[in-house]
Amino acid sequence: MADRYVLAVDQGTTSTRSIVFDRSGRMVSVRQREHRQWFPRPGWVEHDPMEIWANTQRTAAQALRDAASSAGEVVAVGIANQRETTVVWERATGRPITRAIVWQDTRTADLVTRLAARPDAGVVRERSGMDIAGYFAGPRLRWVLDSVPRARERADRGELLFGTMETWLIWNLTGGTDGGVHVTDVTNASRTSLMDVRTCRWDPELLAFFGIPETMLPEIRPSVGVLGTASALGQPIPITGALGDQQAALFGQTCFAPGEAKCTYGTGSFLLQNTGTELVHTRSGSISTVAYQLTGEPVHYALEGSVAVAGALVQWLRDALGLIATAPEVETLARTVEDNGGCYVVPAFSGLLAPHWRGEARGMIAGLTGYVTKGHLARAVLEATGWQTRDVVVAMAADSGLQLPALRVDGGMTTNNLLMQFVADALDTPVVRPMVGETVSLGAAYAAGLAVGLWADVEALRRNWHRSAQWSPVPARAAQLSAEYPTWEKAVRLSIAWGDG
Amino acid sequence: MQSLERAAAILQVVAGSGGTLGVTDIAAAVGLPKTTAHSLLRTLLGVRFVEQDHQGRYALGQGLLRLGAGHLDVNELRSRASNWADALASRSGQAVRLATLDGDRVVVVHHVFRPDDSVQVLDVGTVLPADRTALGRVLVAFAPHRSVRGVVDGGRAEVTAVRTQGWAVEDGHLPGTVGLAAPVRGSTGLVVAALGITGPPEAVLDGARRPRGRLVAMVVESAQSVSRELGWHG
Repeated sequence: MADRYVLAVDQGTTSTRSIVFDRSGRMVSVRQREHRQWFPRPGWVEHDPMEIWANTQRTAAQALRDAASSAGEVVAVGIANQRETTVVWERATGRPITRAIVWQDTRTADLVTRLAARPDAGVVRERSGMDIAGYFAGPRLRWVLDSVPRARERADRGELLFGTMETWLIWNLTGGTDGGVHVTDVTNASRTSLMDVRTCRWDPELLAFFGIPETMLPEIRPSVGVLGTASALGQPIPITGALGDQQAALFGQTCFAPGEAKCTYGTGSFLLQNTGTELVHTRSGSISTVAYQLTGEPVHYALEGSVAVAGALVQWLRDALGLIATAPEVETLARTVEDNGGCYVVPAFSGLLAPHWRGEARGMIAGLTGYVTKGHLARAVLEATGWQTRDVVVAMAADSGLQLPALRVDGGMTTNNLLMQFVADALDTPVVRPMVGETVSLGAAYAAGLAVGLWADVEALRRNWHRSAQWSPVPARAAQLSAEYPTWEKAVRLSIAWGDG
Repeated sequence: MQSLERAAAILQVVAGSGGTLGVTDIAAAVGLPKTTAHSLLRTLLGVRFVEQDHQGRYALGQGLLRLGAGHLDVNELRSRASNWADALASRSGQAVRLATLDGDRVVVVHHVFRPDDSVQVLDVGTVLPADRTALGRVLVAFAPHRSVRGVVDGGRAEVTAVRTQGWAVEDGHLPGTVGLAAPVRGSTGLVVAALGITGPPEAVLDGARRPRGRLVAMVVESAQSVSRELGWHG
């Protein structure tokens, strides 16, 4: 019998990737295409939805063609996407009325400040599970309705559709103006501030608060289950999985039990911990979000801690300071010294996200003396990412009461042995890296394959997960870092105080 | 410019010697007083264009290799090789290591666990015996400077065999294991690393105790993929 494959589409911030996976979770083919970043004003970041749709069709067709030479048949499509990026388009023509507003875009800051000052603003946290913030899609949709000519009256007449990227792609893949299915998955819907995080339905009070007409919203569906049939890929293939990218990484890392957690180390770092089927009320700076939902099963929740600057700090060392030629060389430079020499770097380039949520904070290099060399600075840069992971883990432990058995890691920085050992020591927890680094795409493939029976259950997926490396905490070093942690916390307080100015 | 010409002549003599040379032989070969030759050799040692063995004899040095390859940082190398190393471990079912030469030491710069979830310990930074590992044999066979090649038992015949077939097989550095490795080339074609698998003999070898062809092909192809990643188009 021919092998059966799954196509995963990872619609990311800088590129769209189409990857075909086999039943063992191994890559059969991969195609990638970058799209243009539009920066029309300071703080604004936009993508062209038509370009992204074209790149999706093109990379998917290429990946399917590459895989056709193998003995397998592609039986399902799964989608993972950059979260919170907002698209509004015409139902009748399929044309976006403006470029997509990307998750990094800060144009809604004033709007959010105004909304947060309203006496009824408490409803947002109570229903959506998250404080009102420009980070989420709802305020961006409101901005479009307020700012694009005639958008609100057209939305009220039902002429416009809203979606995050997976919604936009599924609508187009399933026919667009010719019967396109208008759906979102529950993880993406949880990032809008418009969904009741307990019932997983659009909440009338939240819609009223943000001034969003329900007619433009997609139907909320489980992450794992039939969403529609892709008719635009040359052969009809069911679309049976969709997840926001960080939730997809959690799924790809097979973190299915409460307490299991993953951290993706890229430009920023994103730590998600599965908290099971009960929603955790957060007080310590982590966010409660939907992890995934299988059709016919209860929603699984997660705590999330997003850190804005991780690998971006290494890039800064490379591009702004010119201390290294390539990002991996930071480890070489850091290994020229034994320790940080008393130096701490707080990379609050545009404020601090989890667990501090202080937008006014600004970056800081603390502890400079004549003794500090570029080697110490490189150490401090890597340690900043480790310390920030500890900040997030401390907050999550306070909120969930769950112990972290081990931290599963992925992303480009996981080839940095110095950093990974530091994280293990700073958390006093083993850090493990899986064999398949493409956890986002793999998560989308797993979701889609699970829905069509390619894998029997999540336990079958767990058996596909293999460790490629492990960093174990060294007790003496862990104790030493625990003693140093208050110094890092002091540096964070200083960076917040500096921004308060 | 005279000293530059003299230094070039010394490098040519050392390169052409087929082994290591003492300062007396070098001075005689280039027709210089021994003190002058010694002074030039000290400068060449300083920039690592030559190196000295424990008997004080001279061979070509690592500095020349870096001159040809452009300096390749080992952490950069690991980052570029990581996806291919993962894929090799996944397909072969064996542990994968990437090693480079540091002087005449064979150092592990990347290690991917055998994908069976057994307890394994990262050994990045470990120095391997050059003559008793497949990784070492590959690096030594392709080393441009002869002082390093001299460490292998069997000498030139072994070096030629590895160079000709493009891979090496040897008992693993851990008891009861067998290693299989192939060269990774940098953008100029010089060998900058060796990539290989280590596993139990029954997995790596066939009934005739030869490495399984399927695994040889995987290791060689993976090493070539890393070479392409590093910009080699040979």
